Amino acid sequence: MKIIALAAVCAALPTLAAADVSVTDPWARASILASRPGAAYLTLESDIADRLTALETPAAGHVMLHDTVTDASGVSRMHHIDVLDLAPGTPVTFAPGGMHLMLMGLTGKLEEGRTFPLTLSFEHAGEIMVEVPVLSVTATGPKGAE
Amino acid sequence: MNQTSNGYGLSRIRRGLWALTGVAAVALGAAFLWQALTRPDLPAPRVTGEAAITNAYTLTDHTGQMLTADSFDGQWQLVFFGFTHCPDICPTTLAYMAQVMDKLGPGATQVTPIFITVDPARDTRDVMAAYVGAFHPRMVGLTGTEAQVAEAARNFRVWYERAEDTTAPDGYTMAHSGHIYLMAPDGRFFDVWMEGDAPAETFANNLSTLIQTTGSSS
Repeated sequence: MKIIALAAVCAALPTLAAADVSVTDPWARASILASRPGAAYLTLESDIADRLTALETPAAGHVMLHDTVTDASGVSRMHHIDVLDLAPGTPVTFAPGGMHLMLMGLTGKLEEGRTFPLTLSFEHAGEIMVEVPVLSVTATGPKGAE
Repeated sequence: MNQTSNGYGLSRIRRGLWALTGVAAVALGAAFLWQALTRPDLPAPRVTGEAAITNAYTLTDHTGQMLTADSFDGQWQLVFFGFTHCPDICPTTLAYMAQVMDKLGPGATQVTPIFITVDPARDTRDVMAAYVGAFHPRMVGLTGTEAQVAEAARNFRVWYERAEDTTAPDGYTMAHSGHIYLMAPDGRFFDVWMEGDAPAETFANNLSTLIQTTGSSS
């Protein structure tokens, strides 16, 4: 029985593998006040052209994609990104000072040392759930990158 | 990292200052126009670029004390303008300032990191107290009335603006300059840079050297 099941999975794999997005190095900065938006960061890479269409987490009411753009005079503004397109084999990195996931309406403070689930929905790859570790308020990158 | 040999990313700073001068020039032009149209008897504001960055304000700190820039006489000051609803640039920059403080070692007692809000309506004294305390025990949070904050920003040549955004909390966010200003113990402007210009360690080393060569003035 097991072998048959395995064979069935293997048969299905090529189609699954054709639309695979890897979500790596997720982390969020601990929040100081639950009333303020939080920020999370991660890296996405897809085998094929795909599109991130939705983000959801029980940690926040709403997750938005934001890009911080700093102009030549040093003025920073946040831009809202509606959809994020992934080009095959080109990683997209969210990092401080650039793109971030803005967690709006936190259901509680993001406490250092905890994790929270984040579900990303892709047009082709479907839903991917990752656990996001909460790092210190002064963290500037994922664990091990500093 | 855009680092030059002296570690300060001077070319970037210079570019930033030219840009600031540009902004100042536009502001000056607008001020002249406004003045010409409304109050012709007022003296023209004097804006002379770098030298015009002045450490002057009257604000309330996170403990509720009314302070002026003179309150920090004798201390090197790291000054950053931001707001607590800012999820990315502001905590990143304040974390950087906290790292600089930690890497200064004993020299840290001669440096005060200062966070001035550009969103005083939401960043009350209590909010500032919770916020700065989370970054560094020596960090001072300053807030005030809209007019007091505007005056502080004007003196530092910091530009900020309320940007309406229906997707943001309370329907708005703030656009603002992300510079960190280094003010000398005599209160005068010394340097300006941004978080990405040099690693915290490089900046802390340079600041340590400055502290040692200028001696303790407090």
